[in-house]
Amino acid sequence: MPGKLKAKIVAGRHLPVMDRASDLTDAFVEVKFGNVTFKTDVYPKSLNPQWNSEWFKFEVDDEDLQDEPLQITVLDHDTYSANDAIGKVYIDIDPLLCSEAATVISGWLPIYDTIHGIRGEINVLVKVDLFNDLNRFRQSSCGVKFFCTTSIPRCYRAVMIHGFVEELVVNEDPEYQWIDRIRTPRASNEARQRLIFLMSGELQRKIGLKVLEMGGNAVVGYLQCFDLEGESGLVVRAIGTACTLEKISTLPATATLPSNSSPSKDIKEPVFGEEGPGVPLSSGPPTPLRAQTFSSFSPSKSYSRQSSSSDTELSLTPKTARIFLSPSTPALESESSSLPSVHLPHHFRPGMASWSSTPPPLHVSQSDTAMLRKSVSFSEELLLAASGMGSGGSAGKEAGPLKALLRQQTQSALEQREYPFFTLTSFPPGFLLHLGGVVSARSVKLLDRIHNPDEPETRDAWWEEIRQEIKSHTKALGCHAVVGYSESTSICEEVCILSASGTAAILSSRFMQDGPLETDHRLSRQPLVFSTGSERVDGDMGSTASLGFEEMVPPGCEFCHIPYDELNIPFPAQLTYCCCCRRYKVPDVLFTTIDLPTEANITGKGCLIQARLCRTKKKAQGEGNAMAISNLLPFLEYELHTQLMNKLKLRGMNALFGLRIQISVGETMLLGLASATGVYLTALPSPGGIQVSGKTPSDITYEQHISNMQKKINDTIAKNKEVYEINPPEVVEEIIGSPIPEPRQRSRLFRSHSESSDEVSEIDLSHGKKDAFVLEIDDTDAVEDIHALLTDSPTPAGFYSCNTEIMPGIQNWTSAIQMFTSVRVFRLNNVNLTNQGLNKVFSDLCENLLKSLYFKLRSLVPCCLCHLNFTVAIPEDELIQVAVTAVAMSFDKELTLENGKQSGDKSLKKENDEQLQFNLELNAEMSSSNLSSPKGLTEVGSHPSAKAPSVDYSSFADRCSSWIEQLRLKAHTIRRGSVKTTSSLEKASPLPEGRSRSLRSNRSYSGSSVAVVRMTPLSFIPGAKIIKYLGIINMFFIRETTSLKEEGGVSGFLHTFIAEVFAMVRAHVAALGGNAVVSYSMKECVFMENPNKNQAQCLINVSGDAVIFVRESEVEAASVHPQSAATQTSNGEGT
Amino acid sequence: MSVELDVFVGNTTIMDKEVYQLWLNGYTVNDAVTLRIEGGVMEECEVLLSDTMDQYRTFQMCERLLHHPAKLANQLLFQIPPDRQAMLIERYYAFDDLFVREVLGKKLSKGTKKDLDDVSSKTGVMLKSCRRQFDNFKRVFKVVEELKGPLVENIRQHFLLPDQLARDYAAIVFFANNRFETGKKKLLYLTFQDFAFCAGQLINNWTLGAVDNMMEDMDVDLDKEFLQDLKDLKILITDKDLLDQHKSLVCTALRGKTNVLNEMEANFKNLSRGLVNIAAKLINAKDVRDFFIDLVEKFIEPCRSDKWTSVDVNLYLTHYTNSAHILDTFKHHSVWTRYMGVIKSCILKMYHE
Repeated sequence: MPGKLKAKIVAGRHLPVMDRASDLTDAFVEVKFGNVTFKTDVYPKSLNPQWNSEWFKFEVDDEDLQDEPLQITVLDHDTYSANDAIGKVYIDIDPLLCSEAATVISGWLPIYDTIHGIRGEINVLVKVDLFNDLNRFRQSSCGVKFFCTTSIPRCYRAVMIHGFVEELVVNEDPEYQWIDRIRTPRASNEARQRLIFLMSGELQRKIGLKVLEMGGNAVVGYLQCFDLEGESGLVVRAIGTACTLEKISTLPATATLPSNSSPSKDIKEPVFGEEGPGVPLSSGPPTPLRAQTFSSFSPSKSYSRQSSSSDTELSLTPKTARIFLSPSTPALESESSSLPSVHLPHHFRPGMASWSSTPPPLHVSQSDTAMLRKSVSFSEELLLAASGMGSGGSAGKEAGPLKALLRQQTQSALEQREYPFFTLTSFPPGFLLHLGGVVSARSVKLLDRIHNPDEPETRDAWWEEIRQEIKSHTKALGCHAVVGYSESTSICEEVCILSASGTAAILSSRFMQDGPLETDHRLSRQPLVFSTGSERVDGDMGSTASLGFEEMVPPGCEFCHIPYDELNIPFPAQLTYCCCCRRYKVPDVLFTTIDLPTEANITGKGCLIQARLCRTKKKAQGEGNAMAISNLLPFLEYELHTQLMNKLKLRGMNALFGLRIQISVGETMLLGLASATGVYLTALPSPGGIQVSGKTPSDITYEQHISNMQKKINDTIAKNKEVYEINPPEVVEEIIGSPIPEPRQRSRLFRSHSESSDEVSEIDLSHGKKDAFVLEIDDTDAVEDIHALLTDSPTPAGFYSCNTEIMPGIQNWTSAIQMFTSVRVFRLNNVNLTNQGLNKVFSDLCENLLKSLYFKLRSLVPCCLCHLNFTVAIPEDELIQVAVTAVAMSFDKELTLENGKQSGDKSLKKENDEQLQFNLELNAEMSSSNLSSPKGLTEVGSHPSAKAPSVDYSSFADRCSSWIEQLRLKAHTIRRGSVKTTSSLEKASPLPEGRSRSLRSNRSYSGSSVAVVRMTPLSFIPGAKIIKYLGIINMFFIRETTSLKEEGGVSGFLHTFIAEVFAMVRAHVAALGGNAVVSYSMKECVFMENPNKNQAQCLINVSGDAVIFVRESEVEAASVHPQSAATQTSNGEGT
Repeated sequence: MSVELDVFVGNTTIMDKEVYQLWLNGYTVNDAVTLRIEGGVMEECEVLLSDTMDQYRTFQMCERLLHHPAKLANQLLFQIPPDRQAMLIERYYAFDDLFVREVLGKKLSKGTKKDLDDVSSKTGVMLKSCRRQFDNFKRVFKVVEELKGPLVENIRQHFLLPDQLARDYAAIVFFANNRFETGKKKLLYLTFQDFAFCAGQLINNWTLGAVDNMMEDMDVDLDKEFLQDLKDLKILITDKDLLDQHKSLVCTALRGKTNVLNEMEANFKNLSRGLVNIAAKLINAKDVRDFFIDLVEKFIEPCRSDKWTSVDVNLYLTHYTNSAHILDTFKHHSVWTRYMGVIKSCILKMYHE
């Protein structure tokens, strides 16, 4: 019994009128945890009750603390009839269980009812006393930190990255239990909400246990999903990356920031750095060692593959292999009319609960034989590759034995794990060595009822298969790990598509531990690594310089070098020498699911690239349906891939990051949406153009048509290159070429390789030609593709968009951010649409949505929509739902050029931008009156404490701005005659900021206030430093209405609901003491309607990390510039 | 094929000032879209329609909060930056002078609300907008009616309005409470701002609050005691000697300073009787209502027919007020000053040449 949970109910406000007669409410509160319930007194006849209750104490197991939410119910007392529920608040107390997160939950939380929405607010205080029990970690996993962020959280450093953790729990869905027929919708919704809260608590606890077992203390990239399987139950599953994190104490971190650094630098810092620039990334190896450790994993010939077991597995199951390998092959495509298929069209898996596997679908229609042939040959290649690798060590002929040994160490470290997967999408510099390409696997399953909730084996087994498949694909790509890994499902009736995807990669062993070893073992091993490393350096120096060292390779191209053996390329690809270092082979295109590595060299800017596809499907039942779907899948994937490739080339780019392919299944159609951010990687060769060709050249008008089209395409490519600032690569080569005289080096390299193989030189020859990507427009698909290519409307001037964390090529963010969610549902009234028609409809839907977003956010220009995350669904037969969550961030245009000179102006601009978003005229006037010397003013305010590196952050929560105060303040100021009086007063008195602020707050109204909470899907806040992670926010809400029309129709209903969800997230974050949510995502938005019955229901699941951030300017000078001094009017400090 | 559902929700609620104004003005979504296209914001109807619908929905959701502006600041549903909140409130409570001129001094009752369609067609302000403005007046009236303390300050505190707007609302409330007649034909030439100025004068000088800040209910009603005292001024016209003496003092003072001295001399007794009679009758509620019409009939019209300039009026009233103090037998100096101060500034404001 190691924990005591204490809760106190302070007050309520804005309660609804429950008694029509008096227009008032007699409210009281029930506080429930587990099976224990406490009640407050009834506070009669008030809409703003002051309960001020005693502390309710629950003595509970920490296991329960993790699983259960604190449940607060507000009721209206009724003497004669049953008490009416006003609404509920669920409080996840998990953040309180970790010493480094929040310590208290205190604040106004919205009272939520699933039928009426938010009905007033309640002020509560919640604390947890955890007893210092040595056995504390026995049954529970209190203390393990969870982060949704898919990179190492900003104020931590990774000591060790342990690897993949996954878990799933299943239960019956209360909505489908028999009792649901007799209970009210409210009761049913509440049962569901509560169950999901419980299940996610349990899931988190179980994952935590696994992390502890692995020796970690945190889960990063925690991704939790719900599968609403309907009749067959409810699955909550989660994956994540177990890590050992160490908090970087704020003191050194602050110290690393030069106290007088220019603001532009400060802005850049959070964008790129995981940590402050000078902070060592690992406590282990010092810098020189680090580099040597990398070099031992240089690419090409060097690797040997020892684990034959998995290779065997691969060769045994070629029929299930479905690789979506990204570096596809223009060479191939030019020779066969349609199909560079890298997916194998077999989607049947020997699933335990699903239907058993069948041989490859040989019944594919005639027109597709080309593809089939291709894929067969591909699978042969795959086999070849696999066997080649299996036979093994010979490949590492150039490498010294020590190198092979080192390699094996990493390899074995990874292979000891069941799944060498990482849910992270960005990594500490140096962790990622090479990227192979995207690996993905899908499987179609038939759902059946989960009979025993305690044994979710079936679901586990399904995912296991998929992961195994991913693992084997990864091996085929010569990689030993998967990064940017994610899993998803799409369910329609009883058919479920499970998908997993990631990027095959080779990682540095720096953050890894082989097996469950003790820390001291690891440490003892390090000197060994060091010595071998240095030895190797010596040896290599003497012998083959062609292997090279990382020190000499210009950073930023290494990860592009192929990880696979170029003699046994697992798929047909066109290899060339890296345009950066000219020493290693790179593919012609690179597709990945991760964020652009910070060290990457890119040319120009990136942009969002989407492939959209709609395919009709016959209505079917059961196995037949599943069969039909799995037959369609490969074509869908192939076409998405082609579209992506075309669009990429059209923009003159050569790599995709953050690739996310979503396939959604409905009764009569399949939707595919692939989103990614295209960039021009300097290391990769320049992409060739797109060439249109027809098969019947005799017809003159036809020729003309083709040449017109060709011209259009060429124009578009040229225009895009201009828009995205992709200058000719030749220039780039000169700029960032290797320091070694290039011609000499190149010739040497060429020689060394031509010695090894003829094939290489062949490919080498083809390099200069820059083969065009050929589209034959006789093919109706191709015509469609071309149309799709050319109908994509360009992003309006001043806008950029991407689906990754940050926009490649933009760094100077201002602090103006605007997170938003937009949902559209489109009804297809015309049932008899062709595939093309559907495609157009779907594509237009997405395009129009984007257009609307650009229009809405035009006031932020120049700005970039980051992390544009599209989610598609088919909620009903003829409906297509698209939901987008993203953040618009504005940036300074000019600053890219003149960084140093404009630093003064910059801080000014920053202020102005802030005001644009979040300010009061008062402030605007203040700063404009001081335009000439923004710096001076800051200094005045901060005089005594300037340059003190540490700031007292504990009071930060109290300093959150309160709008009401400002409004009042404003009224005050005006009454007093002049705004400038205030500012000059501020200027004149050299008070420390705290004092001057409290002066103000005294003057202003000291009542309740609403803190500003920022939300962003990114892991950082531009221009600010995250100083504390308060815990994970994971909330699930159901909203239902039986008066749809009265609530403004479906749009009104959903608009209100989303606004309510935002409000609840903000309120909970504020109650934890935070002022922002990072890595926010809306993972589920299930909307169902029945307009005839005037009903609608919606389920939303959101998650993110609650954090405290401070403006960088504040960290820097330990002060607040005039504007934020006003924004952060305190209500706690006033004396 | 149709868009069934289309929503956009920002963490910071996005509001377009232009669309807000269109909504306030009572335009339907479609009309607003047409106007926006004409305004050249964007050509694509679809995008504009989607945006406009979205904004309208947001405004509708905010509307109930705008009824209690203090709630806007501590509600949790919408995260609206303070400057935006101030803008929303200010614009929501803004009104058309044309419209307010129509209902000024009328009882803010359901009956009046029913007639708003007439007002709408007369003023060209859309009915929806008329209703909003009327409801605003009524809401402010109801809240302020029961509050102690200075009227303008109360309005500013409760509705978080900027100073000028709060003063205008004070005028509207004051007029509605005292039911001043403003609709007569002879008064039509006066603008709302003329009346608002007069209301300000009355509130600041003739109400109970003008004398004692701590009194209840003070700013909305006129100071009864004062009104009672005004009766005493009658002596200025009933006592023949006093009247003559007054006249000669004024005329002597004015000599050489104006072109209309003869007219002033000829009219002195009439004008003086007019003003003093207004004062004496103010104790009756009915005559309070006619205050402005009386001023026009008894003073402004005669002056105007004699072609006085504003300067003349100013001179005349200054000397008229000051000379009374020199009269030996006249004892009511403070009442006289309090009365004439307001009368003078009101007349000057209402005197359009």
